[in-house]
Amino acid sequence: MKVGVVTFPGSNCDEDALLAIREHVHLEAVPLWHKDHDLQGVDVVILPGGFSYGDYLRAGAIARFAPIMQEIAAHAKRGGPVIGICNGFQIACEAGLLPGGLLRNDHLQFRSMPVTLRVESTATVFTREASAGALLTMPIAHGDGRYSADAATLDRLEGEGQVVFRYVDATGHPTSAANPNGSLRNIAGVSNASGTVVGLMPHPERALDPLLGSTDGLVLFRSLLALTKA
Amino acid sequence: MTAQRTPPSASHGVRPRPGDPTITPALVAEHGLTMDEYGRLERMLERTPTFTELGIISALWSEHCSYKHSRPVLKTLPTQAPWVLQGPGENAGVISIGDGLAIAFKIESHNHPSAVEPYQGAATGVGGILRDVFTMGARPIAMLNSLRFGSLETPRVRYLVAGVVKGIGDYGNCVGIPTVAGDVMFDPAYEGNPLVNAMCVGLLREEELIRAKAEGVGNSIIAVGARTGRDGIHGASFASEDLSEENEAKRPRVQVGDPFTEKLLLEASLELIRSGHIVAIQDMGAAGLTSSSAEMAERGDVGVTIDTTKVPVRETGMTPYEILLSESQERMLVVATRGHEAEVQAILAKWDLVAEVIGEVIAEPVYRVTEGDRIVAEFPGTRLVTDCPQYHPEARESEEAIARRTRDVAAIAPKGEEADPAWTLERLLQSPTIASKHWIHRQYDSTVRTGTVSGPGAGDAAVIRIRGTTKAIAVKTDCNGRYVYLDPRVGGRIAVAEAARNVACTGATPRAITNCLNFGNPKKPEVFFQFREAVYGMGDACRALETPVTGGNVSLYNENPQGAVYPTPTIGMVGVLDDAAHATRMTFTTPGDAIVLLGENTDELGGSEYLSWVHGVVAGAPPHCDLDRERALIGTILEAIRAGQVRSAHDCSEGGLAVAIAESCMGDRARPTGARLDLTAWGALPLRALLFGEAQGRIVVSTAHAEAVLAIAQRHGVPARVIGQVTAADQGLTIAAAQGRCTSTIDRLATAYHEAIPRAMARAAAETVTETAGGTR
Amino acid sequence: MTRFTVSVKIVPRHGLLDPQGKAVTDALHTLGFASVRDVHVGRLLVIELEAADTAAAQAKVREMCERLLANPVTEDFVIAEIAKA
Repeated sequence: MKVGVVTFPGSNCDEDALLAIREHVHLEAVPLWHKDHDLQGVDVVILPGGFSYGDYLRAGAIARFAPIMQEIAAHAKRGGPVIGICNGFQIACEAGLLPGGLLRNDHLQFRSMPVTLRVESTATVFTREASAGALLTMPIAHGDGRYSADAATLDRLEGEGQVVFRYVDATGHPTSAANPNGSLRNIAGVSNASGTVVGLMPHPERALDPLLGSTDGLVLFRSLLALTKA
Repeated sequence: MTAQRTPPSASHGVRPRPGDPTITPALVAEHGLTMDEYGRLERMLERTPTFTELGIISALWSEHCSYKHSRPVLKTLPTQAPWVLQGPGENAGVISIGDGLAIAFKIESHNHPSAVEPYQGAATGVGGILRDVFTMGARPIAMLNSLRFGSLETPRVRYLVAGVVKGIGDYGNCVGIPTVAGDVMFDPAYEGNPLVNAMCVGLLREEELIRAKAEGVGNSIIAVGARTGRDGIHGASFASEDLSEENEAKRPRVQVGDPFTEKLLLEASLELIRSGHIVAIQDMGAAGLTSSSAEMAERGDVGVTIDTTKVPVRETGMTPYEILLSESQERMLVVATRGHEAEVQAILAKWDLVAEVIGEVIAEPVYRVTEGDRIVAEFPGTRLVTDCPQYHPEARESEEAIARRTRDVAAIAPKGEEADPAWTLERLLQSPTIASKHWIHRQYDSTVRTGTVSGPGAGDAAVIRIRGTTKAIAVKTDCNGRYVYLDPRVGGRIAVAEAARNVACTGATPRAITNCLNFGNPKKPEVFFQFREAVYGMGDACRALETPVTGGNVSLYNENPQGAVYPTPTIGMVGVLDDAAHATRMTFTTPGDAIVLLGENTDELGGSEYLSWVHGVVAGAPPHCDLDRERALIGTILEAIRAGQVRSAHDCSEGGLAVAIAESCMGDRARPTGARLDLTAWGALPLRALLFGEAQGRIVVSTAHAEAVLAIAQRHGVPARVIGQVTAADQGLTIAAAQGRCTSTIDRLATAYHEAIPRAMARAAAETVTETAGGTR
Repeated sequence: MTRFTVSVKIVPRHGLLDPQGKAVTDALHTLGFASVRDVHVGRLLVIELEAADTAAAQAKVREMCERLLANPVTEDFVIAEIAKA
């Protein structure tokens, strides 16, 4: 299996994602350039974190028009797995690959800290190896992470199992104190209807090495390995 | 595209440009030059300078670029060690860490711009120091900030704190460099003139080290990156003036940062350096094109010619004067090998950046600027850099400092509440200088690049692993300006010693420093005394601890109408751990562990945070600093950590032993512990000196193997004693001493320590109506 | 073709939490502007473009808003002013 990581101008977690796949998941990983139309035959696409195009207009708004995004949209439509992390989640929402959108944190500040996530759905290609209800610790680092959608959409996402991760406290409860950015219903990550496209604000690629404090991000990438077996 | 091959010869002569002002004494004064300095310029040129030339010299002979008051003193600092690959004089210093790898690092001030416009001032400070590091061929891997503000009780200071922190965060977060450490202190001495010092640390392969030295006659000089506008014209001389109310009106001089372009410039520059198409690269920082081109020519001992009409501009009608002195951000000057210009442009185009050939390296020993065919400035050889005046100002200690230092602080009566030492401890934990800086750190991305082993607030220094090796580096900034004010020589020593101790507490061998010397107006004898003595003190410590100086920055004229700020020679220290797994944090982990104090308690209260914060008194001699003992202490803690005997290590600094113990208990609020201490061995010391005195050379260690730690300390000749035991958090903190007892719950201590700054800054949110620029980030 | 200057206001979608607007409202209240009921903070874009006439300019800018400038999930836009440059 081959994993592609897109570099937009302003991406800054692309290298982390490439290294994560190579060193901790032991899969082939290739950089994809925003100006290209070539997905280089990758099976999985990672939209990494960063500040694509400076995010000066609106986080992710300009990146969705990059040439490579046409190919990624087609890949997703074919059922190809895509994961958007942080800015990648914002881009995926802007591109319509995922429902909802990410707004400025409710407290108006950038927030960098470890958070606890509860796995809400194991019916996605990135969480199939996780246990429902499992608690994962990994860092967040964003200014625009407040997940929003209208109530009907939120109800639909809940009903269809498209809410993948929720911010919770150490005991697993989605309290407002555990919500780092004001996301509606403490939503940290969602998927498309088929579970092939997942977006989340926290950074699983920063939680793979015991030296850095947590290995809880591994389960997302290990879930990919199940694809190879299948 | 063709490089300019036939520069106008000197015989064309320099002619005043139509429309330029004529040179008058008033104009000279406006450019910050004395009439003596102007005379020196005329003698160098053997004629009247043009307006453009006056502008160039005004920038290059400003303190910021020329070090004209500081250089002779700076030359006394040690700069050599076998591991130093590049000492002072380049964009950044570089040390080897083995395995063919090297660390480039530097600290720089952006004090005056931040006082006027905190958000942009701090942001562009971060941008500038990043460029200094990546122009050495290094990929930035960590940022630090050393900040000094006035009292957090004033709305203006809260506004400055909010703006500076957001500026640092927005810039570093966007470029994607983790901000991992620093130090922040508050004191009324910094009212009106905050200090914003940013440090960047980068990693490179030794063979990729590149220097900013123009070489090779015929090579092209290329302007790269953002276009040039009228931003920040004369920012370098602005940085060399006292701050006054008039400066509020100088706002347009402040530059605006664009971290997105910086990120592109970073990637393009590293690609350019690795491509082999260029021979030199330098940031267009303070004094912009002028200083970068003149310095590159001087280092290469060659001539250069630059045509200002070739420089890509953002505004119309810009004069050569403006183009040369603009401080528009995110620009670099590159010297490309002749014939490789197109390759350089292709790399820049890949990153959506412009690159234009604007000049050439020439054999003729001259620094020449043309506007098309007209020569608008021409200096012989490299004399515009080397002929800079040098001053040896008078130095005399101020009577006030002497009076304060010699005051008998033991005579200051304790307050009634101090009968309960827990009251004093809680109060000290609320001092913004001591209190948790989590409110600040959580606005900085500290985990990007997946290298942060120990981030802000976790240990005495931050630890960053070096991929592909087992190694890590530890980095920290430090300086207690109050000590330096009370005794500059001792204060200078302590600044270095404390930084080294902090780095050592994580398990890293201190290797080298960069420094940012923030002082007042050097023409005042008492300020120059502080400067000279503090630098001598730093030199003492750098020699004793084998941590040479690899570069830095001097920021003078840090004054406001009330006088100079505390003399603040900020130290940025880099240390190396051979095994990242040894990285040690400051907080206790395991109830039952023994608590060992390395070093000795003393009866020293002078210059303490206790006196300042509890009594409003800045007086007494700062604590004694014995450099041989510091060296032995560092040897002890490193050996103990490497032997696997240390569970946590935290040095005693502001607030003394009691604060260090309290921080070790509840610094990590999610995983608190308690502690039970017995300090009866020091029955001869006054209780407040024992608990809150700031004796140097002390480290609090928790260990499962106290005997092993004591044995190591004994071998190094370091006093060491078991002073207590780590307990469960619900047991609270109990300190028993012969003179009294201090008990508190961990929750009370944690509340005092963790909520002081958030509570103060919550008021800032209500005060700040307008959002600072920077869009939605 | 005529040159037009079109101003577009983009504001948080009605009903969504607007923390910036709330912060400004609170600050104004603190300063004594008790009569302030609500504040919305958005962006103002001033677009210079060529178009055959006002209607064409408006249609073009509307399309820009729909495709890029505003996010329909989270933002509303208003074409506030169209002027011949």
